[in-house]
Amino acid sequence: MIGLVHFLTVAAIVFAIGLYGVLSKRTIVGILMSIELMLNAVNINLIAFSRFITPEVLTGQIFAIFTITVAAAEVAVGMAMIFRVYYDRNTVHAARLDEMRW
Amino acid sequence: MFNQYALSHAALIPLLPAMSFIIVGFFLRRLPILAATVSVCMSLISFALSLGVGYGVIANNITVDNPLIQRIPWLSISGLTVDMGVYIDPISAMMLVIVTLVALMVQIYSIGYMRGDAGFGRFFAYLSLFASAMLGLVIAVNFVQLFVFWELVGLCSYLLIGYYFHKISAREAAKKAFITTRIGDFGLLVGILFLQILFGTLDFQQLASNVPLYVAEHGTNLLTIVALLLFLGPIGKSGQFPLHVWLPDAMEGPTPVSALIHAATMVVAGVYLVARAFFLFSVLPNAMEVIAWIGAFTACFAASIAFTQRDIKRILAYSTVSQLGYMMLALGVGSVTASMFHLMTHAFFKALMFLAAGAVLHGLPNKNDIFEMGGLRHKMPVTFAAMTIGVLAISGIPPFAGFFSKDEILLAVSQVSMPLYTIAVVTSFMTAFYMARLLIVVFCGSEKPDNQPHEAPMSMRIPLVVLGVLAVIGGYIPYANHFGDWVRFGSASHEGLHWGIAATSTVLSILAISLAWYIYGSGKVSPDKLSRRFSTLYKLSFHKYYIDEFYLWLNHTFVDGLGKILYWLELHFVEGIVNGIAGLPVGLGDLVRKSQTGKLQRYGLIMFGAMLILVVWLVLLSPLFKGVLSGGDY
Amino acid sequence: MNELIYTVAFYIFAAITVAAAFGVVTKSNLVHSALLLALCFIGVSGLYVLLQADFLAAVQILIYNGAIAIVFVLGTMLTRRSSRHGTNDTEVNIPSRVVTLVSGLFVVVTLGVIATTPWHYSSGVIVEDTPSLLAQLILTDYMVVMEAAAVLLLAAMIGAIVLAKGVEE
Repeated sequence: MIGLVHFLTVAAIVFAIGLYGVLSKRTIVGILMSIELMLNAVNINLIAFSRFITPEVLTGQIFAIFTITVAAAEVAVGMAMIFRVYYDRNTVHAARLDEMRW
Repeated sequence: MFNQYALSHAALIPLLPAMSFIIVGFFLRRLPILAATVSVCMSLISFALSLGVGYGVIANNITVDNPLIQRIPWLSISGLTVDMGVYIDPISAMMLVIVTLVALMVQIYSIGYMRGDAGFGRFFAYLSLFASAMLGLVIAVNFVQLFVFWELVGLCSYLLIGYYFHKISAREAAKKAFITTRIGDFGLLVGILFLQILFGTLDFQQLASNVPLYVAEHGTNLLTIVALLLFLGPIGKSGQFPLHVWLPDAMEGPTPVSALIHAATMVVAGVYLVARAFFLFSVLPNAMEVIAWIGAFTACFAASIAFTQRDIKRILAYSTVSQLGYMMLALGVGSVTASMFHLMTHAFFKALMFLAAGAVLHGLPNKNDIFEMGGLRHKMPVTFAAMTIGVLAISGIPPFAGFFSKDEILLAVSQVSMPLYTIAVVTSFMTAFYMARLLIVVFCGSEKPDNQPHEAPMSMRIPLVVLGVLAVIGGYIPYANHFGDWVRFGSASHEGLHWGIAATSTVLSILAISLAWYIYGSGKVSPDKLSRRFSTLYKLSFHKYYIDEFYLWLNHTFVDGLGKILYWLELHFVEGIVNGIAGLPVGLGDLVRKSQTGKLQRYGLIMFGAMLILVVWLVLLSPLFKGVLSGGDY
Repeated sequence: MNELIYTVAFYIFAAITVAAAFGVVTKSNLVHSALLLALCFIGVSGLYVLLQADFLAAVQILIYNGAIAIVFVLGTMLTRRSSRHGTNDTEVNIPSRVVTLVSGLFVVVTLGVIATTPWHYSSGVIVEDTPSLLAQLILTDYMVVMEAAAVLLLAAMIGAIVLAKGVEE
């Protein structure tokens, strides 16, 4: 019998993979993709909770919709910023963008 | 009608000049004619209101025991309530009239005197502020309000004495005036704080009712100290020995300012303070004695310096110090009436003499030495008449104003102490002598050929005439109208002229004037020869008893020495600590900043790692987990 | 029977999702990563279907696959490169062992929490007609939030245009 726990486990694994990507990818594009993975993991959680804990109301799904909205906005702005950075500095490597130190 | 309006709106009296200060100071500085018009108009309205107040006081039978007080709360925290307000009784009403009158006269006079000066607007702004501060002080209902305006007066005097700030001597004099009076102000402040601690209030009316109870309960020892601390303020402000040194130097300001400072605003503030707080001083015989002796000594001491000075304004300055000593002496022997009376007549004739001296300096620019003048009576008749009236008034020749007030003081003193009376009489003799010397040397004798004197313009002559008239009648009219019934402390004590005392002082004054004429006017005796014969005394007096030099030496030895020690301490000890403390965060920051690599992902890694550690920690702590570990049912 | 199909379907979708996600972070070619990301999104939408969130599944396909994945691919291709190889490498300066450890620890901790939490399953009736109910909710209870989201999207659009195009100075 597939239950809540299974979905949460899948979400946790996807989130951890996304986390790994965020922390280890070299380019900002890769990092942005990994963030999308993490957001998806969260969405899975939300919908799974909605399905198993409160099936009669759709609060979790509503939240997922807003998450998707925010994710879309984030990708749009994020990609635009990546273009900008690429044009200005000719690099998309996160490690080279280190002006914000002491 | 008008007097009722004036009484209920007495707060306007200081507010109008303050308004004029703002208008002139901020908007009309570059427009001399408008600036003068605005400030003179404001002063005029203020003066009219003061007259209304004065008339209202008499019409409404407001007496010293039954003052008219308006208050608005200014500051109220538990245990401390401070009001701002208006305190109208005959004493303050008289002061209001004098201050506004002299301020008005000085402002009119300044139109002519300061014509063409680059800082004309600034000058009028300062004058207005000065008058405003003094008027606020006069109507103060408590020590806090008084102190606020007291300091404001000090500030204005600083600004005005240093008006010619391009002159080093003016800057130095301004600083000297400010710092010297600060010494006294410190005592005043400490005294005020003591009063607050002892009585829990600083309101004059409440203090007046509480002080006798306190004295009956605790005696006078502590209160005497407090009173003497308070008295330090007047010592500084009113130029009493030993803090008189700033007053002669204050001559660096323009002459109208000197007139204002000496006649109506700054220096009488100290006398007024003592009179206002007389409920406190009068119950402390020891403090009274100190006041009387300081006053008497100052009077005599300053007169002896004025003997030999050659600068016309300096002579007048020392005469002011001397006359202030008189007022303090009168207060010290318990006669507020005599002191205030003399304050009033002195305001008239001293303002008159200063303005006359200003006219002389206006006619003879860049000449301050009286021996370089001479024979001015032909070219400057109005000024000569004004100065003559002033000299006769200050010498106490009847029927001029000074005669009545001086007699009142001498009478009061003679009833208390014979030695003080002797000092006062001797001072009176010396006063007549040096004032006559000034008059004779400046106006009589032969004209100096290279002098091109000219009479002062109209705007300067009007104040001279007004003040001259007042210096003549300003004594007799109040005397005839029972001044003492109104301005007094305690019961009404109107005493007639004491003919013996009056005759003595008059005869002595006439003798002194004759002596001065004999030495300086007749040409039979050479003043130089006299000064050589008494060279030690002459030098002492001419160098003002070397008090300035003594203070300078004191400063050099003690203050500088202490400064050096403190500087060393500061450099090696305090700064070491401060630098050490400052160095600690800098060093730490240096260490920690290395961790700020700017590498985004490293930050993320640390953040997530830390978060995981926290989560694990919380999970391990949670009762749920403990339940799992112990296999319990949850 | 249904039970078995459900279980099999779950495992298939879960496997697709996890494997594709893993590919996203391990592939060194950015285009491959982007395509695998799209695959991962499809797996997730399958999971949504299994969770009876059919509207969300459709939205997932539409937005994530139709918009976001495409943006990634386009964005990758618009940056001029001769070769796509090595465009999505792992950063060498990052201690990858520590990163792996943190990620692994995250899974372990989360699974521990999931396993030990007493879930209170509801036996309520599952909503069948999700789109109409969602529409009703969005236009009533969540009206303001939706407006805010609309404003956010507008701002993001303008911001993206300005950022990508650059401002005349």
